[in-house]
Amino acid sequence: MDPNTLAWTVLLLPLLVAAAILLGLKRWSELSALLSTGSALLALIFCILLAGGGESAVETKSYPWIDLGRDLEIAIGFKIDGLSRGMMLIVSSIGFLVHLFSLGYMKDDKGKSRYFAGLSLFLFSMTGIVLANNFAMMFIFWELVGVSSYILIGHWYEKASAADAAKKAFLVNRIGDFGFMAGILLVWVLTGSIYFDEIAKAVGGVANAQLLNIAVICVFCGAVGKSAQVPLHVWLPDAMEGPTPVSALIHAATMVAAGVFMLARVAFLVEAAELAAHVIAWTGAITALLAALMALQQNDIKRILAYSTLSQLGYMVMAQGIGHGGSDAGMFHLYTHAFFKALLFLGSGAVIYACHHEQDIWKMGGLKRKLPITFWTFALGTAALIAVPFTSGFWSKEAILEAALHQKMTGPYVLAMIVAFLTPFYMTRLVIVAFFGKARTKDADHAHEVGPVMWIPLAVLAVMAVLSAYSFVSGPLLARGHADVGHLFGHIGPTAILSLVGLVLGVGAAVYFYKGRDKDPICIPLFRDKFKIDEFYLVLVRVFQDAVARGLKFADRFVIDPLVVRFPAMTALAAGSVFRVFNVGNVQTYAYLFGLAAVAVVLYLVL
Amino acid sequence: MSTLELLVFLPLLAALAVGLGAPARFTALGASVLVLLISFYCALNFSTVLEGNGSWQFASSRTLLEMPGFPKLSLAFGLDGISLVLVLLSALVLVAAVWVAPVESAIKGSSRLYYVSLLLIGGGALGAFTATDLFFLYAFHELALIPTFLMIGIFGHGEQRVRTAWTITIFLGVGSLILLVGLILAVGALDSTSFDVATLTALAKSTPIAANLQGWIFLLLFIGFGILVSLFPFHSWAAPAYAEAPTPVAMLHAGVLKKFGLYGLIRLALPLAPAGAEKWLHLVLILLLGNILYIGLVTIAQKKLDRMLGYSSVMHMGYAFLGIAAGNVVGVSGAVLLMFAHGLSIALLFGLAGWMRDRFGGLEFDKLGGIAKSLPKLGLLFGFAAFASVGLPGFANFAAEVEVFFGAFAGEDAGMSWIRWATVGALWGVVISAVYMLRAYRTIFMGPKPEKLETPSDLDWGARVPLLILLVALLAVGFAPDLLNQFIRPAVNGLFLVTAQ
Repeated sequence: MDPNTLAWTVLLLPLLVAAAILLGLKRWSELSALLSTGSALLALIFCILLAGGGESAVETKSYPWIDLGRDLEIAIGFKIDGLSRGMMLIVSSIGFLVHLFSLGYMKDDKGKSRYFAGLSLFLFSMTGIVLANNFAMMFIFWELVGVSSYILIGHWYEKASAADAAKKAFLVNRIGDFGFMAGILLVWVLTGSIYFDEIAKAVGGVANAQLLNIAVICVFCGAVGKSAQVPLHVWLPDAMEGPTPVSALIHAATMVAAGVFMLARVAFLVEAAELAAHVIAWTGAITALLAALMALQQNDIKRILAYSTLSQLGYMVMAQGIGHGGSDAGMFHLYTHAFFKALLFLGSGAVIYACHHEQDIWKMGGLKRKLPITFWTFALGTAALIAVPFTSGFWSKEAILEAALHQKMTGPYVLAMIVAFLTPFYMTRLVIVAFFGKARTKDADHAHEVGPVMWIPLAVLAVMAVLSAYSFVSGPLLARGHADVGHLFGHIGPTAILSLVGLVLGVGAAVYFYKGRDKDPICIPLFRDKFKIDEFYLVLVRVFQDAVARGLKFADRFVIDPLVVRFPAMTALAAGSVFRVFNVGNVQTYAYLFGLAAVAVVLYLVL
Repeated sequence: MSTLELLVFLPLLAALAVGLGAPARFTALGASVLVLLISFYCALNFSTVLEGNGSWQFASSRTLLEMPGFPKLSLAFGLDGISLVLVLLSALVLVAAVWVAPVESAIKGSSRLYYVSLLLIGGGALGAFTATDLFFLYAFHELALIPTFLMIGIFGHGEQRVRTAWTITIFLGVGSLILLVGLILAVGALDSTSFDVATLTALAKSTPIAANLQGWIFLLLFIGFGILVSLFPFHSWAAPAYAEAPTPVAMLHAGVLKKFGLYGLIRLALPLAPAGAEKWLHLVLILLLGNILYIGLVTIAQKKLDRMLGYSSVMHMGYAFLGIAAGNVVGVSGAVLLMFAHGLSIALLFGLAGWMRDRFGGLEFDKLGGIAKSLPKLGLLFGFAAFASVGLPGFANFAAEVEVFFGAFAGEDAGMSWIRWATVGALWGVVISAVYMLRAYRTIFMGPKPEKLETPSDLDWGARVPLLILLVALLAVGFAPDLLNQFIRPAVNGLFLVTAQ
């Protein structure tokens, strides 16, 4: 098949499946699940075929969505190059594995059809973001992934916490999207286009550098929301209320990386706006650090992973602001991270499933013997995350640090180095507490290994967690137009020695503090309470939104209303006694007379 | 009888027939379905090549009054792309409103008057959007307003209904009078020999009204039409009226009739007084931000679903004003598309809210909760409607808002003009509407159900079909906005051909 057909099929197939489930298949939940999984497999195959096209950009047909002549023309069209090919492979391969895993994990769920429809809707939306050749189309699908995320976080909507988390995720993302939309409009005004290729051509000629910086920062706001960067990071930990496979696919591997992908897509804009690039690098570095600190003191297995996701996303975003190959390094890390983080989440899902939905690591313990496959795959994922040498995560993280140092981004570099120590610490803590020692509860004691439909995806991802960075895997998978992954891989500079020291110290300290413990010996309330940022926002919303809203409601009723309504109304009532019309007599007659009178008045006035 | 005469008089004749004893529901539903078919016929046979105020299609005219020295008065109808879209909107909402009418279970005894009123509102709206003669354009709107007032006063919900009916009567009456003064000034200044809208706009182009007078005319038209569209600060009639009106009346007024004010601004105020529009741009921007930001926050503070929807409808009018203020093809096209999208989505929401009020006996947020579990169909449909209203891609509302925002941002200069700042403010409204809609959805449908709350059985097919019609139209236009843009663009283009200096 030609790339055009392939791309359109990959995009529309999941939408068709979601629609079919919604419109009638939902009664047969088995069928819905299999159909959705089958379409994910097909999408994966098509993405592999699409990637076979190599590095060259391809022309595809686009669909005119809004066509107002030369004034505004927005099309649904594709940009198929190395970047989008690689990203599609990540999305579709992890998407398929998560579908497969979900067949087991959601086996007895009452809302199984709705769940799989949500997954298919997600695949549709994410594909749209990745393939988009213009900002408007990206924004369309950007919003749609938001909805599929809302649906999936709120899958168990009867639970108040899940319902709140879904709402929070959507609203926080909308705040980012407010900036994103403003940024798109500004870029449009400055460069005269919403199409990436045309913007790239025109960006050099933009005279108003100040406004360009503002525009890029606004666009970046979208990434801050979607990729959960400080200060809009608060939705992602709560999003763990969703089913765990969803956390793996959407809130770890793919959707949250969309912000990073978007920045890589418009790397030429970031490069043209120096101030904005600095803002991006610092935001990423600060997020990486703060999230790692928060992760130190969490006890919920999924929340620890969520904060580590935030932290790693911080790395990737930081890389986008570095310039000079930083963008490629960030995409490289996005790619390796997608595999090992999806693995860790699915592994935690297997643990949670085996322990009868227990998520507190202090209520686990000794799972190493009970869940050997889960443990070993989880350990490999952890190794990649904490950047043990020769795992994929090591190469990609080094690439980012290397680029930061090369570009003399000292501040972000130092923060990133601290994170390189913190990450091994909190991950080792998690592994020791959950998998080693004795079982601390009955559930943990009775846990037994999950079935093959769940451990096969774990095994596949574990292989990828270790090997994905090596060029014999990443070469064909990650054929990038301008990025030479092989160049990034295998380049060990002075930073590698520093991060090795961080790794050894982190693991060593965690072993020292947590080996054989039954409760947390360290208590840092500030980290445990996530710097009280959520509480701060709650006050902000209550005071600056809800209180103001109530005040305005009051004002509307007692100031505006009397001023423009009651006074004239009273005058009119005093003037006439037509009031009775509504209460007595033959209403039809009155209505008729009223109508005639109105027409007569009009006639009199006009003629 | 021409096609458009049939379109307009069919509901009016049906109303007469019901008044004389024809079976009320059957006649009303039959007539409105026929109206919908006729409007589809018009759309399918519509030429998208013709441009401008005056290239009416399906035109017909009967001279009624011709006196020397006075402008000629004729009963004339015609369609251009803008009015075609509004006719489609009216027809769709009319069918849905008549169909869901039994949801007001208290009204059974007086169903004759009830259906007569709905048909009159529908016919009046269709007449107002198709009349090409200023007099009838105005008169048909008044014809539709009267039964609206009566319905609220007689069949409204709550103790305050008579007071509310009077409030809306006086408000809209005053608005109509102000805009009438503006129209008379304009007609007088143009020294026209007829009330024909095309003639008037052509005159306004060839011999523009003096700039100073244009300023006054635009101000009068803006305030007058604005009151009809619940322009801030003249909005306080809207939310109580929609909350207390019988469900189909709220659907028809918020969905269709209210759009008359916007239609008037586009059809008359912009072409007749373009210089006036420029002069008052800042005032327009401030007031529309009042609609979006101030009313948006007021919406957040509401404690009842129907009130919240009423205020949300006021809020969304701000985007339509923004599109009109943009004063270019993209912005005004966006405003027209927004009228269509908002009309359908608010009618859908009021239809659902009416069903809920009927079944639950009230719409207070603190009494409802977690009902999606026992009413999944309602939950799903309301979810679609809520996301449409929030402006999610895939629904017509999103496409319209995108056009409005791009239109308001358009321009050659690469700096931040006033309207661009206002657009940024308006963009924040997108966050605000998500806040109140998702909060409402969270409270009513998600979370645990209060123990005391008894849930009725779910929406049946009879209740779903009319609302699904609205939903399908929203999705169709959302996926392919050019379905309507192909009509809107030439008409708006023509508008600016006529008015451009």
